[in-house]
Amino acid sequence: MNPIYIRRRIVNATCLTFSILAMAFGLFWLFWILLTLFEHGLHGLTASLFTEMTPAPGNEGGLLNAIIGSLVMVILATLIGTPIGILAGTYLAEFGQRGWLAPVTRFINDILLSAPSIVIGLFIYTIYVAKVGHFSGWAGVLALSMIVIPVVVRTTEDMLRLVPNSLREAAAALGAPQWKIITLITWRASKAGILTGVLLAIARISGETAPLLFTALNNQFWSMNMNQPMANLPVVIFQFAMSPYESWQGLAWAGALLITLSVLTLNIAARFFLRKHEYHK
Amino acid sequence: MNNNSVLKSVNDDSVAEIKMKVENLDFFYSKYHALKSINMDIQEKRVTAFIGPSGCGKSTLLRTFNRMYQLYPSQEARGQIRIDNVNVLDRKQDLNILRAKVGMVFQKPTPFPMSIFDNVAFGVRLYESLNRTELEERVEWALQKAALWDEVKDKLHHSGTSLSGGQQQRLCIARTIAVKPEIVLLDEPTSALDPLSTARIEDLIFTLREEYTIIVVTHNMQQAARVSDYTAYMYLGELIEFGDTRTIFTTPKNKATEDYITGKFG
Repeated sequence: MNPIYIRRRIVNATCLTFSILAMAFGLFWLFWILLTLFEHGLHGLTASLFTEMTPAPGNEGGLLNAIIGSLVMVILATLIGTPIGILAGTYLAEFGQRGWLAPVTRFINDILLSAPSIVIGLFIYTIYVAKVGHFSGWAGVLALSMIVIPVVVRTTEDMLRLVPNSLREAAAALGAPQWKIITLITWRASKAGILTGVLLAIARISGETAPLLFTALNNQFWSMNMNQPMANLPVVIFQFAMSPYESWQGLAWAGALLITLSVLTLNIAARFFLRKHEYHK
Repeated sequence: MNNNSVLKSVNDDSVAEIKMKVENLDFFYSKYHALKSINMDIQEKRVTAFIGPSGCGKSTLLRTFNRMYQLYPSQEARGQIRIDNVNVLDRKQDLNILRAKVGMVFQKPTPFPMSIFDNVAFGVRLYESLNRTELEERVEWALQKAALWDEVKDKLHHSGTSLSGGQQQRLCIARTIAVKPEIVLLDEPTSALDPLSTARIEDLIFTLREEYTIIVVTHNMQQAARVSDYTAYMYLGELIEFGDTRTIFTTPKNKATEDYITGKFG
């Protein structure tokens, strides 16, 4: 057989083997993490987890206040961060060809995107918590929305850039003003992609601990007052997992499993929307 | 196709009105001088074809008529384009109103990501507030004109992207004429289509000619000969020869035009 052809086949087989090994290596740890979570957390997923408050040390209880606190803060942070992110991303993609503002914004957004979340927690602590003098749910919401914004800005810009210019030209050729081209054509064409970005941002903030540690802190009791410290899953997991009490440790495992399952569901949903998006193209 | 009938129809009827006058038009892509002092008169309710090798400026010229180039900051036109005696290159000219009056169909079909009905209604909704029945009538009228109605009348609420390439292009034509423009610009409307779809679009151009002033850019010389009343040959940003199609194709005055048309060059 042709030696060039044989060489090609060997290179192909080698690359394929290493790729599969790399994938297996990654998946191995992922599955180990999932397995450990299920092993320690599954028996904690009981009705009382969703109906009872976080207990005092040594007592039995649930995570209701932490689940609701996390839910409220994540939803509010998404509601604040998404419109800002989408509008800024739209500015970068649709109006950002001229001037200095867009490149500067894009650069700063990229820095924000990769900033360690603890820095954002400390930032909100300095400008808000330290000023009002106490930890609060609102501070947590602010910190989380600071994480949502850059993710949504980036995905919105990327998705809008995928919309071919010919579509914008076609709408302009009918006499459509730019704001109508954006709202009726380009947003619509990239709807699924933008939505995926928002889902990924939600997945990202639902597990963030560091920004909440300095802002919302935690609350042992049921509290819907956003001006008071607010219970939330990541910080509860952090505190309970470090404690010497067995019931607290059990709750931490259950909480960790709960967050992982929620994020997994969100990611699968995001994949699903993205695939549907590609299919239509 | 309408090969002979078109050529015969030229100059049969009385001399047409001048719809558009291009005067000393220069065009720049940043510093690149793409159009050099173009002068031409476009006749009303006639088909004018622009031919010439790639990069000669025919699409560029077409895109100045509805100021499409203004979407891009570095592009600039100088001179005058008078439509019904109004210079549309004037700063005071409202861009969107100009584009409603001068419609454009592009090389590649560009259906919007919405239903067939909404695609056609899109432009109408921008400038007219019709009630539901009137809008439905207008959409049907436009789709009839574009010879697409029979194929889509039962699936008006399907996505515009679900149609075949040839159907999509006719949808784009329907969308353009639904706004009732006076001038229709076609930028290589059939270059992405198969021969059968091309034939249908050419038939369509021939019928639309009765009501609209049509300008078509084409790479296909036979197409220019088949559908147009007047032909302009362009080369390197200059208008080399412009006259009625039969003269250009049978007895061109300019040697360069003759070489291009006979295939010695281009």
